[in-house]
Parts: sequence; structure tokens; C-alpha cells
Amino acid sequence: MSGFFKSSIGRKVAMALSAFFLMIFLLMHVSVNLLSVFSEETFNAASHFMGTNWVIQFIMQPILIFGVVFHFVMGFVLEIKNKKALGVPYVKNNGAANSSWASRNMIYSGLVILAFIVLHFIDFWFPEINYKYIEALPADPTRYYAELHHKFVSPLRVGAYVIAFVLLGLHLAHGFTSAFQSMGITAGRKKTLKSIGKAYAIVIPALFIIIALYHHFNH
Amino acid sequence: MNLTLKIWRQKDSNTKGQMVDYKVTDISEHMSFLEMMDVLNEQLINKGEEPVAFDHDCREGICGMCSMYINGEAHGPDRGVTTCQLHMRMFKDGDTITIEPFRAKAFPVIKDLVVDRSAFERIQQAGGYISVNTSGNTQDANSIPISKHAADEAMDAATCIGCGACVATCKNSSAMLFVGAKVSQYALLPQGQIEAADRVRNMVAQMDLEGFGNCTNTGACEIECPKGISLDNIARMNRELMKASLS
Repeated sequence: MSGFFKSSIGRKVAMALSAFFLMIFLLMHVSVNLLSVFSEETFNAASHFMGTNWVIQFIMQPILIFGVVFHFVMGFVLEIKNKKALGVPYVKNNGAANSSWASRNMIYSGLVILAFIVLHFIDFWFPEINYKYIEALPADPTRYYAELHHKFVSPLRVGAYVIAFVLLGLHLAHGFTSAFQSMGITAGRKKTLKSIGKAYAIVIPALFIIIALYHHFNH
Repeated sequence: MNLTLKIWRQKDSNTKGQMVDYKVTDISEHMSFLEMMDVLNEQLINKGEEPVAFDHDCREGICGMCSMYINGEAHGPDRGVTTCQLHMRMFKDGDTITIEPFRAKAFPVIKDLVVDRSAFERIQQAGGYISVNTSGNTQDANSIPISKHAADEAMDAATCIGCGACVATCKNSSAMLFVGAKVSQYALLPQGQIEAADRVRNMVAQMDLEGFGNCTNTGACEIECPKGISLDNIARMNRELMKASLS
């Protein structure tokens, strides 16, 4: 089996498996964030549970970080291998004639998402780790909504988030069906999966954008 | 029609190539693209210049020899055709046409528009066949029941002519449509299933060894394939390799 993951197809399968994991995580993340639009108390309760439950903190969180790092590292490995396979570049290449922009530029949309994750960690994750484990401040189950709300005052940050979510949408627009194809499931041809993929790529980033804009315009 | 051609000229595999401009006149819209190239070469020979080297053989879309990347697309702007089946009616009088060889590290240029596609042969030799005892006791193929659906799908996969347009088109120079078609052609039939696991393992290993890139599922290969080989074949190859690795 280890030989399988060293093959070109095995690497794509590993990429797809990490993509499925991250897509499930995105669904969960947007669901919790959406609570902040409807109820401050519910959002605080959900965030407090996520932030203090030891299974989520010490088992799920490291797995998630590993999944994110793995997806990026494997993406770079594949990109380097693919670049090595190319010959002299074409003088004229009409890529738009046979494929979508999103499918040809996964590395660039991925890089924007990576930059966003760095920003997102600086905004939320590092302060959270500092609060809980470094300064070890007393637990405050009501602080989460205010922290989130405060982050979206700056139009620059909101703008950066919106751009990143648009690129996330483009990444998912190709990535969803591509992951299924890599796993040997011809998602591109199965109408239902294709529709789910399109809906997922539009709805998830759109909800993240709506949440950011909601908090920005409700100060 | 009169045309300006921008053609990649390269003396041999060790020399650096470059684009050279040519004018061709009196081209009929009914000519095939290769016939237009013949006219150009006739003009060049008459002027005492070196003709442009390009691959061709059957000139009826079967052999897979003619290559050429025309105006940024493998086999040119038409769909479901090889370069020999591309007609000059696809272009307009006064057009400038860019003609380049198929590009991939695994397809080195031999001269001008001729590339070495023997990497495909080596992939085929690694497993693209069934071992049949030809001692005289061979079973009649018609005595083995095969569903119509499987037979049709296998036939569709078998129409791959190994031209390399998939590799030339792919932004990663991936050969997975070609290998997927060859794996599928046998995996779908009972005769091919006996050696299915070894076949997919060996062909994929050879494909990787030849230095082809990974599939990003852009679907460009399927669009540019002159035989309309479907991406389903890549998915089937992926399944076959997973199955073989688990067994």
C-alpha cells in the first residue's frame, strides 16, 4: 500500500482524501459561524463547547491542522512534479478553449487560501491559544461573540476575507468534483454530484461572506 | 487564401529552436492542414530552403502520427479530429497561424514539429496487452459472454490512437487519459481481467518513470482528444490501481 501512495495516482488519492476532510470541516465551521448571525447566546455556547471540549481541542484540532498542512504540502509537491514534466513552454496556448480558469489555477487559488489561513490564525487562533493555554486566563463563556464582532470592524480585513472566500469558491468549484474523480468516482458525469458540488462551492463561501458583512455593517 | 505561418523550427534535439515566419499563398479551403503544409514545403524546396519536418502517415485520422499544436490547441481549433482531418475552412484568408510541436518533457523534439512519442510504446509494453496462448488451442472469443455495455465501453476506450494530444494539451503533461484508455480497454473485458492488477500497476509505474505529470482533472484532454476518449477512463484506472494495491 505504501507503494500506492508514492505513485502519481496515489498522491492524487491522498490529495482527494484530505480535500474531503477539509470540505467536511468547512461545512461545520460555517454552521457554527452562522449561529452568530441569529443568536449571540447560541454562538457563545457553541464556541465555548468547541473551545473547551478536550476531544475537539486535543484530538480533532491536531488532526485538522495535519489535514490542512498535508493538503498544502501535497499540493506543492504535485505542482513541482507537474512543472518538471513540462517541456519548452508553448508560444501560444489557448487553455480557455478546453478547461475552466478554476481548474487551471488551483495552485493560485490555493495560495490565496493559504495566505488567508495565516491571517485567520493571527486574527483568531493565536489569540485563542494565548488566552487559554499561555496566559491561562479564567474561562469566559460569553467572550466569543464580542471577539468575532470586533474583528470585522476594519473594512480592510473584511475586504481581504471576501476576496479569500471568492477564491475559496473557485477552488471548490473545481476541487469538489476533482476529488471525486481522483477517487475513481466520475462526479463530472453524475448529475446529482455535479449539482451538489456547484451548490457547495457557491453556498459555503457565500455564507462566510454574508457573516463577515453582517458583522461589519452591524456595528 | 493567403496565410502567415509562425512555425517552430529546430534543427535537432540538441539545438535550441525558434519560431520562424512564412507566407503561403493560394491555399484552398478544401485542403487539409497537412496538405497546406505540403504546399508550404513545396514552396520552401523550390526556394532551396529546408522543408518543415512534421509527422504524418495514414492521413485519415487512424494512425495517430500527425501531431502539431495549432493556434494554442492540439490538432488545432476543430473538435474530434486529428491534424490530417483539420480543414483549412476552419481559418480565414489573411490569418496568422501558430504551429508548434507537442510539448512535454517526455516527448522530446526530434526535429521541427516531430516529437519522440516512444514513451507511449514503453507504457504499452509494460502491460497494455493480454497474454494469449497461441498454440492452436485458443478459445473462440465469441464463446465468452460479454455484456453489450461493457463491450461498447471497451470499444470506446480502444479507439485511442495514442496520438499524444492529451499530453500536449494537459497543463501538467499528464498521460493519464492515454493510460486510462489502455487500462480500461482490457479491464472491461473478461480476457483482460486475469492480468488486470499487474497491468495497471506496471503501466502506471512506467508512466511515472517516463516523467509524465499528474492529472489535475481539468478535462482539457477529453475535449482535445480526436477520438473523444472520456475522463471516465481515468477514474476507472484510479479504481483499478486502488483495487490492485489492496489485493
